[in-house]
Amino acid sequence: MITVEKLTKRYGETTVVDEVSFTVERGSITVIVGTSGSGKSTLLRMINRLIEPSSGRVLLDGRDTRSEPAHLLRRRIGYVIQGHGLFPHRTVAENIATVPRLLGWQEARIEARVRELLTVFSLDPAVYAQALPHQLSGGQQQRVGVARALAAEPVVLLMDEPFGALDPIIRAKAQDDLLDIQGRFGTTVVLVTHDMDEAFRLGDRVAVMSGGKLLQYDRPAELLVHPADPFVSRMTGLAERAMRLLSLITAGEAALPGAAEGPAVAPTATLREVLSELVWSGADAARVVDADGTVRGRLTVAAILARGAP
Amino acid sequence: MDPLGVVLVAAGAAALLFLPFVVFKSNRIVPGNPCTLAQVLPAWGAFGCAAALALAGGGALWATNARVRLLLALLGVVAVGAAAAAAGDALTPPGDRIVRIAPGGAFWVLIVCLGLLATDATTRMRPKPAVRVLFLALSLAVVGLALARGTFDHLSVMREYAVNATRFAHEARRHLELAFGSLAAAVVIALPLGVLCHRKPRLKPGILGTLNVIQTIPAIALFGILMAPLGALAAAVPLAERLGIRGIGAAPAVVALFLYSLLPIVANTAAGLKRVSRAAVEAAHGMGMTDLQVLAGVELPLALPVILTGIRVVLVQNIGMVTVAALIGGGGLGAFVFQGIGQTAIDLVLLGAIPIVTLAFAAALVLDALVEVLDVRETRQP
Repeated sequence: MITVEKLTKRYGETTVVDEVSFTVERGSITVIVGTSGSGKSTLLRMINRLIEPSSGRVLLDGRDTRSEPAHLLRRRIGYVIQGHGLFPHRTVAENIATVPRLLGWQEARIEARVRELLTVFSLDPAVYAQALPHQLSGGQQQRVGVARALAAEPVVLLMDEPFGALDPIIRAKAQDDLLDIQGRFGTTVVLVTHDMDEAFRLGDRVAVMSGGKLLQYDRPAELLVHPADPFVSRMTGLAERAMRLLSLITAGEAALPGAAEGPAVAPTATLREVLSELVWSGADAARVVDADGTVRGRLTVAAILARGAP
Repeated sequence: MDPLGVVLVAAGAAALLFLPFVVFKSNRIVPGNPCTLAQVLPAWGAFGCAAALALAGGGALWATNARVRLLLALLGVVAVGAAAAAAGDALTPPGDRIVRIAPGGAFWVLIVCLGLLATDATTRMRPKPAVRVLFLALSLAVVGLALARGTFDHLSVMREYAVNATRFAHEARRHLELAFGSLAAAVVIALPLGVLCHRKPRLKPGILGTLNVIQTIPAIALFGILMAPLGALAAAVPLAERLGIRGIGAAPAVVALFLYSLLPIVANTAAGLKRVSRAAVEAAHGMGMTDLQVLAGVELPLALPVILTGIRVVLVQNIGMVTVAALIGGGGLGAFVFQGIGQTAIDLVLLGAIPIVTLAFAAALVLDALVEVLDVRETRQP
């Protein structure tokens, strides 16, 4: 659990982050969104003390982060940045082993961990362990960047626009991977982005920042239904809010009992995707079907539209 | 036809026609009699040499395959070398130690033309760094072997060597000590200065500006400037004098070379650190590396090719500049050069100059290869 208390950063007269407080639950994903210069990156870097706060404090599982030297704190916190920052002169395996080496793990344990992570990130150790970063594709480099951050089993993973340099298709895959990995390791994630779609897709909670202030910290649906500030509405996009709301609900959650004709959709599909499918196929209802073929229920256009209103 | 080949063949042919191949001198100082290739070699020898040169020339003009060009150029070099050695043997009366058979203008022009031809062919083959170093080692080994078995013993430069053998070994060692010693001292001081320039950009103009001013002082002037303070130091501190620190000799030479060495290494260290990926450095800090770990583990390894380029500049510069140190009693191969100039004995000048040029060339080639190896592996940005 991360508790941020009245965290403030001033450079001379300018206040970059202004008395921000929020709490991140263990095992959840918090996304900080804001425009450039909103202070979102500064806020993130104050959590692992790459930037020292002017005032306020951060508690990690109840312990003040200033109670130990900054470099020791950072070894317990995973950190991923845009453009991954892999060491170009070290192999993929050496890159991933960075923090375990700093922590003095035994070689056998390091090697096992590297193999495990490469496998989890669908990179064959036999092919990629000894490769140099420049020999990988952009998506692979990004995955190695995340694997490196997770190497020493950190309780918290900080990500600063981690997918910003990827093209849309690889980015969507990377986002899915992150949700998968986060579910598997139960890591607490704080992620900074300026992309609202990404925030809605990944965030259990979303923090909207502007001008150094935290305007709202809430579940994604609440940002749409009860925006605390006109700026929050502008960030979420008035024209798209109904669709965004639908994208937060899965077919499995919304399915009504009973069978139906019409196209089959997976329970994990969002209502936005189901609606799109119905509009495209011209059907009135869809069947929600499990991977093994069990029918879980049905979804009508009317039922979907009803969920898109506040 | 190959344009470079045309120029080289024209130069070589003109030299062969109009310049002496060797010069026969009845002693070390007199001007001597020019001799052509045909005058000094038996008919079959002159014919063989001419044939080899014709082949090399034909290769230079028409061959498109770089390997063929290289092989023919090397054939030419061997022929010219063998002809000179044979001329020395033929013209020297048995047992004589006073006559000098000096390679003439045609010899030097041919060697330069064939050398350029071989270098050009090697460049066209784009050999890997290791191959280039191997090639250098092989060439040096062949020349060394020929020297060791006395092939060129009757030529004037080797005559000078025979007289000065012990001193030559001593001065050569001194030359290397001065060049590498001042380089080592400069690396120890310049690396931290370069890091400082990178970390504190406000200090950079001051540091680089000062070193720049030092760089503009001519070597001779700098030796002169250093004489007074070092002499005073030796007079005031007996320990300094016992360590060999005096106004003249090796001390001012080492200090001057050290000062000249600073700028290239400091500037390249700062430039090398600057081009290190900022993302990699930020990630390193973010993962909990200490400042020193980031510097030693990420920044310096990634800046190394650029730093080595600076060291290469300094090493080649030092090997050349140590020559001047002989003027203030610093020793080194320059001693032969200046002694030769004083005695108008050009062979003695060459005894100093040829090894200096060879050393500088070899140092440049080896360090270039090293830079290339590291650059490929370490700094290609992902």
